[in-house]
Amino acid sequence: MKKKTIGDLLREHPFFADLEPQVLDVVACCGQNVHFASGELLGREGQEASFFYALRKGRVAIETFVPSRGAVTIETVDAGGVVGWSWLVPPHLWVFDARAVLPVRAIAFDGQCLRSRCETDAAVGHALLRRFAGLLAERLRATRLRLLDVYGHAPR
Amino acid sequence: MQPRPFVVRARRRELADTVTLELTGDAPLPFSPGQFNMLYAFGVGEIAISISGDPAQPEVLRHTVRAVGRVSEALCGLRRGEGVGVRGPYGTPWPVAEAEGLDVLVVAGGLGLAPLRPAILHLIRHRQRYGHLVMCYGARTPADVLYQRELARWQRAMQVEVTVDSPVSGWQGSVGVVTALLPRAAVDPARAVAMVCGPEIMMRFVTRDLLRMGLPPERIYLSMERNMKCAIGLCGHCQLGPAFLCKDGPVLPWSRLAPLLSVREL
Ligand SMILES: Cc1cc2nc3c(=O)[nH]c(=O)nc-3n(C[C@H](O)[C@H](O)[C@H](O)COP(=O)(O)OP(=O)(O)OC[C@H]3O[C@@H](n4cnc5c(N)ncnc54)[C@H](O)[C@@H]3O)c2cc1C
Ligand code: FES
Repeated sequence: MKKKTIGDLLREHPFFADLEPQVLDVVACCGQNVHFASGELLGREGQEASFFYALRKGRVAIETFVPSRGAVTIETVDAGGVVGWSWLVPPHLWVFDARAVLPVRAIAFDGQCLRSRCETDAAVGHALLRRFAGLLAERLRATRLRLLDVYGHAPR
Repeated sequence: MQPRPFVVRARRRELADTVTLELTGDAPLPFSPGQFNMLYAFGVGEIAISISGDPAQPEVLRHTVRAVGRVSEALCGLRRGEGVGVRGPYGTPWPVAEAEGLDVLVVAGGLGLAPLRPAILHLIRHRQRYGHLVMCYGARTPADVLYQRELARWQRAMQVEVTVDSPVSGWQGSVGVVTALLPRAAVDPARAVAMVCGPEIMMRFVTRDLLRMGLPPERIYLSMERNMKCAIGLCGHCQLGPAFLCKDGPVLPWSRLAPLLSVREL
């Protein structure tokens, strides 16, 4: 069986599936296959966010360290999801820890490589920004819903 | 209609504030998944509680009750051998018959899993009549996940996805809102039926996402649990526009609910 290229894997990933073929080829050039064992960190709070990850398998917890409580999971991202947006926004530092809770297979994208492609190719920049804006809006909506603490019983 | 006398045969604590009562009466009480009874705690009052039991075993009546006020606290405090009055069953069922031949996506939030349990048991019992079966369930914390042992059993017959808002250390499951589970549901939106129950705000967000996924509004069913008193369409307590939720509901498709809910004062 022919080994799948990064482009093939991206076409199977919901976040990238409907990218224009020529944009997808450019994006694929900045990606590589990676694996993480459970417990391993994909990114660490405060450190340089050189990569972001499109998850193909497994589960990643977005965590932060709270004194007296230890590592607290804020949310999890599963296969089909994307971890990390700090590569896009200066100062390009991870805002939270990202830790594999289950063994992870992902495509890691080199943020610097993608940023320079975005600068030189407007179609790539536009396509990626649109996708990340959608992702951030979705996360914000989910966070707002969680703030409502809807499962409490007053009122049910 | 007078309440029929039932006796508590067993009582199981499900969560810190939630209890499942197993009741028996002088005759079985056949019901359809999604229906509710009016339970009367003698000397305290009467409230609407969904039936959470197995529709194939009408001789045992099961109700899962969360203690939130006077009557529900009295019901949760009942011991084995004590009596309770039962009127019912009332209300519209989950569309388990209409869903035959289609995929089914069950979405539950918090205690909303209780009214869906009879539907899930029916779907699993008649597994071969349905396409893909998926349940997405959201709870506040791992300790608030209802029917934990059963979930593992259901997982053998259907895709079960669980998420919590606030995890504890060691929790390896998903963390986040229940809507975040929907993209993982292996159903074909064009040939799926959704059954949704939980806090109203959660159901609104879930419905919005289901519509975006391509489920038609007439195949998204919600259980609307507004306050009820007579449960037989007389008092108007449960009125939502022209609909009386005790007999036109509680289970209604979004195509009927959307115009009613768009008027905020209703
Ligand atoms: C069709 C239907 C099915 C239901 N199924 C279940 C069930 O399976 N298990 C269960 O525990 N509860 C269920 N309920 C909710 C239950 O009827 C209420 O919790 C109950 O009426 C509260 O009565 P109380 O005297 O204990 O509390 P009250 O003192 O009357 O109220 C306590 C708190 O609960 C709120 N509340 C009261 N009634 C409702 C209601 N109907 N919906 C939302 N909030 C309410 C009040 O605003 C108040 O904040 C259902 C309700 C309906 C209409
Ligand atoms: S509860 Fe009386 S009309 Fe519905």
